[in-house]
Amino acid sequence: MSDFPFLSVLTVAPLVGAVVVALLPRSRPTLAKQVAFGWSLLVLALSVVMWVTWQVDGQRFQFHESYPWIPNWGVNFTFAADGIALVMLMLIAVLVPLVILASWHDAESSKRSVPAYFALLLVLECTMIGVFAAADIFLFYVFFEVMLVPMYFLIGSYGGHQRQYAAVKFFLYSLVGGLFMLAAVIGLWVVGGKTFDWVALSEVDISTGAERWLFLGFFIAFAIKAPFFPFHTWLPDAGGAAPAGAAALLVGVLDKVGTFGILRYCLPLFPEAAQWFAPWALAIAVIGIIYAALLAVGQNDLKRLVSYTSIAHFGFIGVGIFAFTTQAGTGAVLYMVNHGLATGLLFLVVGMLIARRGSALVSDFGGAGKLVPVLAGVLFFAGLASLALPGTAPFVSEFLVLIGTFTVNKPVAVIATLGIILAAAYVLWMVQRTTQGTLNPALTEIDGMKRDLNLREKFVVAPLIALIVLLGFYPKPVTDVINPAIQATMEDVGRTDPAPSVDTVQEAGR
Amino acid sequence: MNEFELPPIDYAALAPILIMMGAAVVGVLVEAFVPRRLRHPIQLPLALLAVLAALTMVVLNLDKRLITIGVIAIDGPTLFLQGAILVLSAVALLLIGERAIERGGAFVAQAAITADSPDDRRQAERAGGAGEVYPLVTFAVGGMLVFVSANDLLTMFIALEVFSLPLYLLCALARRRRLLSQEAAMKYFLLGAYASAFFLFGLALIYGFTGGLGDRPAGVDFATIHSAVANSTQSPVLLFAGMALVSIGLLFKAAAAPFHVWTPDVYQGAPTPVTGFMAACTKVAAFGALLRVFHVAFEGARWDFTPVLGVVAVLTMLIGAVFAVTQTDIKRLLAYSSIANAGYLLVGVLAPGRDGLSGTMFYLVAYGFAVLAAFAVVTLVRDADGEATHLSRWAGLGRRSPLYASVFTFILLAFAGIPLTSGFTSKFAVFAPALDGGQAWLVIAGVLTSMVLAFPYLRVVVMMWLSEPGDATPTVTVPGGLTSAALVIGVIATLVLGVAPAPLLDLANGAADFVR
Repeated sequence: MSDFPFLSVLTVAPLVGAVVVALLPRSRPTLAKQVAFGWSLLVLALSVVMWVTWQVDGQRFQFHESYPWIPNWGVNFTFAADGIALVMLMLIAVLVPLVILASWHDAESSKRSVPAYFALLLVLECTMIGVFAAADIFLFYVFFEVMLVPMYFLIGSYGGHQRQYAAVKFFLYSLVGGLFMLAAVIGLWVVGGKTFDWVALSEVDISTGAERWLFLGFFIAFAIKAPFFPFHTWLPDAGGAAPAGAAALLVGVLDKVGTFGILRYCLPLFPEAAQWFAPWALAIAVIGIIYAALLAVGQNDLKRLVSYTSIAHFGFIGVGIFAFTTQAGTGAVLYMVNHGLATGLLFLVVGMLIARRGSALVSDFGGAGKLVPVLAGVLFFAGLASLALPGTAPFVSEFLVLIGTFTVNKPVAVIATLGIILAAAYVLWMVQRTTQGTLNPALTEIDGMKRDLNLREKFVVAPLIALIVLLGFYPKPVTDVINPAIQATMEDVGRTDPAPSVDTVQEAGR
Repeated sequence: MNEFELPPIDYAALAPILIMMGAAVVGVLVEAFVPRRLRHPIQLPLALLAVLAALTMVVLNLDKRLITIGVIAIDGPTLFLQGAILVLSAVALLLIGERAIERGGAFVAQAAITADSPDDRRQAERAGGAGEVYPLVTFAVGGMLVFVSANDLLTMFIALEVFSLPLYLLCALARRRRLLSQEAAMKYFLLGAYASAFFLFGLALIYGFTGGLGDRPAGVDFATIHSAVANSTQSPVLLFAGMALVSIGLLFKAAAAPFHVWTPDVYQGAPTPVTGFMAACTKVAAFGALLRVFHVAFEGARWDFTPVLGVVAVLTMLIGAVFAVTQTDIKRLLAYSSIANAGYLLVGVLAPGRDGLSGTMFYLVAYGFAVLAAFAVVTLVRDADGEATHLSRWAGLGRRSPLYASVFTFILLAFAGIPLTSGFTSKFAVFAPALDGGQAWLVIAGVLTSMVLAFPYLRVVVMMWLSEPGDATPTVTVPGGLTSAALVIGVIATLVLGVAPAPLLDLANGAADFVR
C-alpha cells in the first residue's frame, strides 16, 4: 500500500473537485455545496489511509514520488513527506470539510456565485496540500505563490468590511516575500549545482556569506507568511475581512507554511546561517508574543482579536523552532497542529456569533450566553484551548516549547511565559464581554441571536473539540510522528540537546 | 589581379525574407489595382499566407548554419527569432484584420483627412478601413527578419529603417482619436530618426576603429569588429563611443530607459492591434539585434559594456515599474509594463553564455504571446466612442463579462510573474543565468522592481473584480473569429509556456549558437 502515490493524488484530487464544482450551474448552490463537502471528505478518507500507512520508525521521508517536469532546469514533480508535513497534511484534510460545512451560508450574503466560493476553497486545499507535500524547491515555490490567488479572491470577493484593501494587502505582502524567496531559490539553484531536489541540496556545502544571504531570502518570505512581528500587519486586516471559514484556513493552515518552511528549508539547508541568525529570530519571536498579545487585549473586533492571538502564538512556534532542542522543536510542530485546531475552532465559532449578530464588534455583544448557551460554551472552550489550559491540546505544545527553551535559553523562556498570562487576559476578557455579564438588550431584538447551534454547526465544532481534548490527554500518536523528523532536523543544524544536568538537583539536596 | 567574385547566394536561406518582401510588393499592387471592396478579402489572406510560407521556409532551414552574401547570418538564433517574429506577427495580423468589432476595422479610411473635421467623423462611423496596413505590416515583418539576421552593421541599419518606417505610418492610422494617433506617429518618427542617426554615427566610428589592423581591411561586419576588438592596439575611445551610439539606436527600439520616452505615447495613440504588433514583434527584433551585436561583434568588450548596460537595465526596470503605478490608462500601463519587461530582457542579454541567450529568446516569445492577448482584450472593452481605455471604466468588468475579465486577470498574473504562467518561467529563464554569471545585482533589482510592478497589475484586477460596476462600465463586445483566435492562441501559449516550458526551452537551447 505504501507504493500508492498518496501525495500526488492528494494534491490533484481537490483540484479535480474544484473543476467539477466550478462547472455546476450557478442556480444549483446546494448541489455545489454537497459536492464540495463530499469531495473534501474523500480527501480526508484518503489522508487517513495515508496516516495509517505511515511507518513511524521508517525513513525520514516517505511516500516519495518523482516525475520530470522541466528537465532543462532540473525541475521535477517530487513529492515526499516527513513527519512534520504528514501532520500538517492531516490538519488540512480535517479542517477543510469542517470549514466547508461551517461556510454553508457564507457565500450567500455576498451577491457572488456560490459554486465559485466552494471551488475556490477546494483550489486552496490543492495548493495547501501541494506546498506541504513538495520535496522539490521549485515545486514548493510554485505552490507557495499560487496559493495566494484563491485566497485573494476568497477575501476580496466574499469578505466583509474593507475586503478590497485587505485582499490587496495580503497579496502584496505575500508576493513581496515570495519574490525575495525567488531570488534565494535561484541563488540556491546556482550554488547547489542546478538542482532543486531537496535531498541533493541539503548535502551541498555553501560558503558562509552566500548561506546567510540565501537564509535571509527564505526567512523573510516565511516570516511574512507566518507572520512574525515586524511583518505581521497584513494578518489582522486579512483575518478581519475574510469570511470566517477562509480566515480559519488562513491562520490555521496557510500561515503554518511559514513556520513549516523555516523548519524544512531554512534550518536543514542553511544550518550555520540558521544558528547565526537564531538570536535575532528568537528576539522577533519573543517581541511578537508580547506585542501581539497586548494588541489583542485592546481589540474590539472579534476576528481581528483572534488574528492577533495567532500572531502571539506564532511567536511561540518561532521560539520553539529557534531554541534548537528536540523538545522545543517537537513542541513547535505540535503547536502548529494544535493551533490549527484551536484557532480554527475559535475562528469558526466567532464566525457563527458574527453571523447571528451581524456585527463583529465585541461591544455589540454582552451576555450573549443567556441567549445562545451552547454557542457561548463552545466559544469559552475554544478560548480556553487557545490560552493553553491544561487538558487541552495547546497546553502540551506550549509546555514542550517552554521547557525545551528553558534548558538552553532561560531569559527567552521566562519572557515567553509572560505571554501565557496575557493570553489569559485577552481570552477571558473577550469571553466576558461577549457572552457573560448582563444581557445587552439590543441582542434580544435580533432574530439570529435566538437560535443556538443547529445540527450542522454542532457537526462542525464536535470533531474539533474532540481532537483538542484527545490530543490534550494523549498526544503520543502525533509526537511519535513528529519526533524523528525533528531529531533529523536538529541533526542537520548540528545541535544536540544539552545533557540533563544533575548539579542543580545535588545543590538543592545539600 | 582582382577578379570580382559573385558572393554565394543561398536562396533557400533567404527565402523567408524574400517571401515577405515579395508579398509586400504584391500587397501594394493589390492596393493600386483591385477595387476597394475586394482589397480587404485579398490582403489579409495574402499577408497570412506569406507569413505561413515564410514560416515553413524557416522550419525547412532549421539545420542551416551559414553566412550568405556576406551579410546575412542564418544560424540558430536567427531562425529561432525569425520563427518567433513570424508566429507573433501572424497572431498580430489576426487582430489587425478583425472587422467584426468595429465596422471597417480599427484603421482610418484615409489618413489624410483632417482630424475632427466632419469628414473625419463620417469616416469614423462608416468608412472601410485602409488596406495599406497589410503591405505595411508585411514590409515591417520583412525588415525585422533581416534585422535579426544581419551580420553587419550596415545591413542592420538598412533593416532598421525598413521595419521602422512602416511602423511610423501604422501608428498614424487609428480610426478614432486621430489627433492622438498622429501625434504618436510624429513623436515616434522624430525620435526614431534621431535614434537612427545615432546608430549611423556609431557605425561610422566603429568603421574607423576597425581600420587600424594591417592584415584586414576596415569593415563593419561582425567578424571584422570581433577581431578588431580582440586585437586592436588602438585607443579604445573610438570603440567605446561607437558602441555607445550603436547601442542607443538599438535600445531606442527596445524601449529601454532613458530612450523610452516615446513608448507610452506611441502605445496609447497607435491603433491597438498595431500596439500589440509593436509590443510583441518589435521587441523580438530589437532584442534579437542586441543579442547578436553584443554576443558576436562586441563580445571581447564584455567587461566594458556590462556595467553600463547593467545600469541601463536597472534604470529601465525601475522607470517602467514606478511609472506603471501612476498610470490611469490601460494602454499606457501596458506600455510602462513593456518598458519594465525590456529591463528584464536586458538582464538576459547581459547574462553570459548560451543559457542567457536561450533564456532571453524564450522570454521574447513568452512575453510576445502574453502582450498580444492583453491588447486583444483591450480592443474588446469599448463603448460608443471606441475603446474605453481609462482604468476607471474597467471597474466591475468582472461582473459584466466574467470570461474576458478572467482572461485578462490571467494575463496580468502572468505579467506579475505568478507561477504556472509563462511570466514566471520566462523570468526564471533570464534571472537564473544572470545570477549564474555573477550578475546578482541585476537579479536583485529585477526582483525588487517585480514587487513594485505587481501593484499596478493587482490594481486592475481589483478594479475588474472587487469594484461594483458603475454606469460608465462599458460592455465587452463579442469578438469576431479573428480576435477570438488571437486571444485563444495568446492565452494558451501563456499557460502552456508556464506549465510545460520544456519543449520551447529545448528549442531555444539548441538554437543558442551564433555563426561567426
